[in-house]
Amino acid sequence: MALKMVKGSIDRMFDKNLQDLVRGIRNHKEDEAKYISQCIDEIKQELKQDNIAVKANAVCKLTYLQMLGYDISWAAFNIIEVMSASKFTFKRIGYLAASQCFHEGTDVIMLTTNQIRKDLSSPSQYDTGVALTGLSCFVTPDLARDLANDIMTLMSHTKPYIRKKAVLIMYKVFLKYPESLRPAFPRLKEKLEDPDPGVQSAAVNVICELARRNPKNYLSLAPLFFKLMTSSTNNWVLIKIIKLFGALTPLEPRLGKKLIEPLTNLIHSTSAMSLLYECVNTVIAVLISLSSGMPNHSASIQLCVQKLRILIEDSDQNLKYLGLLAMSKILRTHPKSVQAHKDLVLQCLDDKDESIRLRALDLLYGMVSKKNLMEIVKKLMTHVDKAEGTTYRDELLTKIIDICSQSNYQHITNFEWYISILVELTRLEGTRHGHLIAAQMLDVAIRVKAIRKFAVSQMSALLDSAHLVASSTQRNGICEVLYAAAWICGEFSEHLQEPHQTLEAMLRPKVTTLPGHIQAVYVQNVVKLYASILQQKEQAAETEAAQEVTQLMVERLPQFVQSADLEVQERASCILQLVKHIQKLQAKDVPVAEEVSALFAGELNPVAPKAQKKVPVPEGLDLDAWINEPLSDSESEDEKPKAIFHDEEQRQAKPRQPEADEEELARRREARKQEQANNPFYIKSSPSPQKRYQDAPGVEHIPVVQIDLSVPLKVPGLPMSDQYVKLEEERRHRQRLEKDKRKKKKKEKQARRHSALHTESDEDIAPAQQVDIVTEEMPENALPSDEDDKDPNDPYRALDIDLDKPLADSEKLPVQKHRNAETSKSPEKEDVPVIEKKSKKPKKKEKKHKEKGREKGRKKEKKEKKPSKHKKKKHRKEQEERSADRKKSKKKQPAGGGAAEPVENGSLDEEPLPPMSSYCLLAENSYIRMTYEVQGSLQEDSRVTVSIVLENQSSSFLKNMELNVLDSLNTKLARPEGSSVHDGVPVPFQLPPGISNEAQFVFTIQSIAMAQKLKGTLTFIAKNDEGSTHEKLDFKLHFSCTSYLITTPCYSDAFAKLLESGDLSMSSIKVDGISMSFQNLLAKICFHHHFSVVERVNSCASMYSRSIQGHHVCLLVKKGEKSVSVDGKCSDSTLLSNLLEEMRATLATC
Amino acid sequence: MYTRIQHPLHLSMQFMLLFSRQGKLRLQKWYVPLSDKEKKKITRELVQTVLARKPKMCSFLEWRDLKIVYKRYASLYFCCAIEDQDNELITLEIIHRYVELLDKYFGSVCELDIIFNFEKAYFILDEFLLGGEVQETSKKNVLKAIEQADLLQESQNEEWGGLSEDIL
Repeated sequence: MALKMVKGSIDRMFDKNLQDLVRGIRNHKEDEAKYISQCIDEIKQELKQDNIAVKANAVCKLTYLQMLGYDISWAAFNIIEVMSASKFTFKRIGYLAASQCFHEGTDVIMLTTNQIRKDLSSPSQYDTGVALTGLSCFVTPDLARDLANDIMTLMSHTKPYIRKKAVLIMYKVFLKYPESLRPAFPRLKEKLEDPDPGVQSAAVNVICELARRNPKNYLSLAPLFFKLMTSSTNNWVLIKIIKLFGALTPLEPRLGKKLIEPLTNLIHSTSAMSLLYECVNTVIAVLISLSSGMPNHSASIQLCVQKLRILIEDSDQNLKYLGLLAMSKILRTHPKSVQAHKDLVLQCLDDKDESIRLRALDLLYGMVSKKNLMEIVKKLMTHVDKAEGTTYRDELLTKIIDICSQSNYQHITNFEWYISILVELTRLEGTRHGHLIAAQMLDVAIRVKAIRKFAVSQMSALLDSAHLVASSTQRNGICEVLYAAAWICGEFSEHLQEPHQTLEAMLRPKVTTLPGHIQAVYVQNVVKLYASILQQKEQAAETEAAQEVTQLMVERLPQFVQSADLEVQERASCILQLVKHIQKLQAKDVPVAEEVSALFAGELNPVAPKAQKKVPVPEGLDLDAWINEPLSDSESEDEKPKAIFHDEEQRQAKPRQPEADEEELARRREARKQEQANNPFYIKSSPSPQKRYQDAPGVEHIPVVQIDLSVPLKVPGLPMSDQYVKLEEERRHRQRLEKDKRKKKKKEKQARRHSALHTESDEDIAPAQQVDIVTEEMPENALPSDEDDKDPNDPYRALDIDLDKPLADSEKLPVQKHRNAETSKSPEKEDVPVIEKKSKKPKKKEKKHKEKGREKGRKKEKKEKKPSKHKKKKHRKEQEERSADRKKSKKKQPAGGGAAEPVENGSLDEEPLPPMSSYCLLAENSYIRMTYEVQGSLQEDSRVTVSIVLENQSSSFLKNMELNVLDSLNTKLARPEGSSVHDGVPVPFQLPPGISNEAQFVFTIQSIAMAQKLKGTLTFIAKNDEGSTHEKLDFKLHFSCTSYLITTPCYSDAFAKLLESGDLSMSSIKVDGISMSFQNLLAKICFHHHFSVVERVNSCASMYSRSIQGHHVCLLVKKGEKSVSVDGKCSDSTLLSNLLEEMRATLATC
Repeated sequence: MYTRIQHPLHLSMQFMLLFSRQGKLRLQKWYVPLSDKEKKKITRELVQTVLARKPKMCSFLEWRDLKIVYKRYASLYFCCAIEDQDNELITLEIIHRYVELLDKYFGSVCELDIIFNFEKAYFILDEFLLGGEVQETSKKNVLKAIEQADLLQESQNEEWGGLSEDIL
């Protein structure tokens, strides 16, 4: 053995250490891979040795190699060996390696549990620290579950160094093992007030992160955080808290109002840019969430915008970028405030940093108005020309299109201008966004009827110069616009000035070099064009010209027939045959134009993309039902259907004459029309007639827009869009002048009111054309909105846990919630006593209702409060007061309104409730004080849970606490399996001096009709400097009948039925000398006796509750002048009379 | 329960990378559990993206659904990924604070210090950040913790060194 050790040490002298390895790698630049594989072989040898120092050295080298990208997972076991070394030097390396390369899939990780536990409880804080750090990187659900308790204990470690780490790692534990959140939360909350600022800020960090994901569960912490925010000077902490408030405000608008002031103060005062930025962001978020209820916060917005302007003007690129980013958030709700800084944003377009330019572009999107659209786009167009690098230019292009097309082309006053912009954009070299431009062209041409004529003229020009667009392969992206151009020219060919010229352009041989899908559109639209030319010529009786066109088609189409693209080929050969046939007919002087046009009859109607989805399935329609019952097996042999099918086929195979074709077409069309008329699901087109082939004058019925003659249809020269800008300005000027004239006239009549004449608001600008953007049609009975489902896989859903709910039995916990500490921390502790206990919350769905009701109540409450507020008081004070109010209202709600129906009990919250607590003293001595409450268990019949808060009042450490009772026949303590009836139940925690905690014990009850008393003892060991002593404390547990009741909501109709059923026995009491308001009285009954209000009319209310054994208890409470009478009905008369007696005792104190 | 794990966990800081101008990784700390393959892919992509940026550009970029905050100190790039809601400026401060810590510890730090003592660089980072959150805002405290841990390590090393000398 000794020899082996010596040998190991000598070997080690020749081992490479990390420095050697690094140096070696640097010296072997050419054959690095080879050198490293050599090193790995050496490392493998080293790992086989028993010497832990050698192993640690090897693992250290592996960690370095892992960073270089080498797989070291094979050494996972060796890493664990090094982790468990007793020496800190090695342990540190082991944990580092583990944290770098362990993940959830590492199988040996489960071997580490005990080692980590050992390290966590090591006397050396650095061992513990290194284990915590490592764990934070590779904690798995299993590790989290097994170690949660150990880490939780560390949160109360004597050294802040450990506490801090333990608190932070708890967040990871919660994520991996959500069940640990509830038991650990009270202690975590305690840490918010830890004497060490590092621990405090760690706790703030964790709670803020938790709250950001599930804010509603943390609303009750708002006052505490508010206090922290106004008192903390640590910017890191402040930023977290402010972020947290940003998450809370959408849930609690009143919080937002309170926040604005401290936040604006911070904005004014802080010199830290990160804090300023956070504040501005949160103010924006708050104002957005308040936007409906808060009319007057323009000052805060103004302040934010001002500060952001300073950021944007800063020479620091980072601040500039963030300023623009935040500005875009304001823009969404307060566009006016941002629009004032248009100059600044446009300046940023010239910035050398592309990311800043892109941000500025984003902003511009929201800043356009009718007034400035043309100007902004003009500026962008110059940037498009200047831009180097296609990515940025493409971005500009998409932005221009986005800006113009936003909200249904809202800002475009002149579509001719827009079409010219689109045409100008087609001249961009090498853009990828040809399809975007094409889509816009199509969209505008289809939806803006008034522009079709102009669009067609532009598109035909584009087709004419198609060789320019499609000349080089490099510009492939842009040739997409030809798709749009061809389609528009074909579809709206009646607007073409020179249809023949366009037709020729589309049949050029060069076209065959275009991509297949574009050629296909060419072929299809060539026919449309051809049809309309035929019609023209026939009407003008130019038969020769018509035949010439046909000849042209016959000559040129074959080039497409040879296309390699299937679609092109198929269409072309079809059409070629058709045209040849037409040619024959023409030769016989048969008029064909009508029939050819009929191929393309019908108007295109835009339909909203979601229209189909939004049609609700009508009542009585079962989409899954068979239309025809499937044939049964016996019938399947039947030959008949087959024969019919055969017949049909034969008939269709017959060649048909065009005349017959036309007839058939007309017949089918009629049939279809008929069918559509009767079909409720068919989305009907607008009532305007559409068949121009039958009914040429019908075109006039289409609401064609009167085009303002002041705008010429075609502006000669290029670039055209600029000229439109000029024209538009002139037009607007004229408009303004006219308006001024009118105004002047008015002025002469009236007294002077306005001095400024040239203010022109957005709304004043009338569009050049009366543009009718055909709005996309929706079916009449479309559903209004689509629901956005939340992601069901959100990992934070698991942490969406109600933290205020008392712990249930099922949550068997190492450490439990203790409420005393919690309440003593609340800022209102001196003046507003707090309800310590909340009645059991109903299930989730009901809670939502309840919150609505709560909201209502709160609003009313606020109104009542207002006059009583003293204005002299300083703001800070007022805020605290308000926070107290809010806290109160929140606290009382579950107690007061309980689980009752919101509609019926919403008014319960009108005034503040008196202090209430259902915890009462159980026993007390110099060591310990016990308070308790009894609560029925919903899950299991005949069981109650007794929650006992144990408070250590001494300076000793209390441990080995054990609780025992003398069971009665009726009431028994539930003991762990296998223990006898005389054994006590251990309390699952220890109590350091001054600490309190809550333990829960379950009792089984046989009969609940009578109140019960049980004698019991708590035994414990008190340990202090002098030594430890065994102590005990006797107590008497009182189970009132009330404690067997569970607050259960009941609807008034169900309640009425219950009373009508008649199998309830009745009893009543009357109590005199009541001074309390009826409101509070009901709340008190709800709270102390676990009832819920069913209905309340004036000074009379019906209430309901249910026992753990399912007895219904109904009450009718009436308030007289100074007295209250309670009539009760219950399925058990003894229970009822006992309950009423208990209630009498409660009421007597009112 | 296990489906939950598949999702990336959202933390303040997702990861921190240190790499040289040549694109060589010098330090990586992942606060989100990812497979090695993913880590490599992300690293490669990010190093390329960041190195491609011009020197005068701002320190932030949007990448996938994360925000990348990076800063160059001498020949090293420090690069952090944060979530959409997070504060870029405080992240820059975190980077700067870490650089200061390295500087204090090594005495005007250079890339070579970090290469040859990469484990120390990790130890410092681990004392400063834990699980992606700032655990200690005081520089003094971080350095104190590191120094004490180092002391502990040295005393043990001496013991061990003495032992080996005895054997020799």
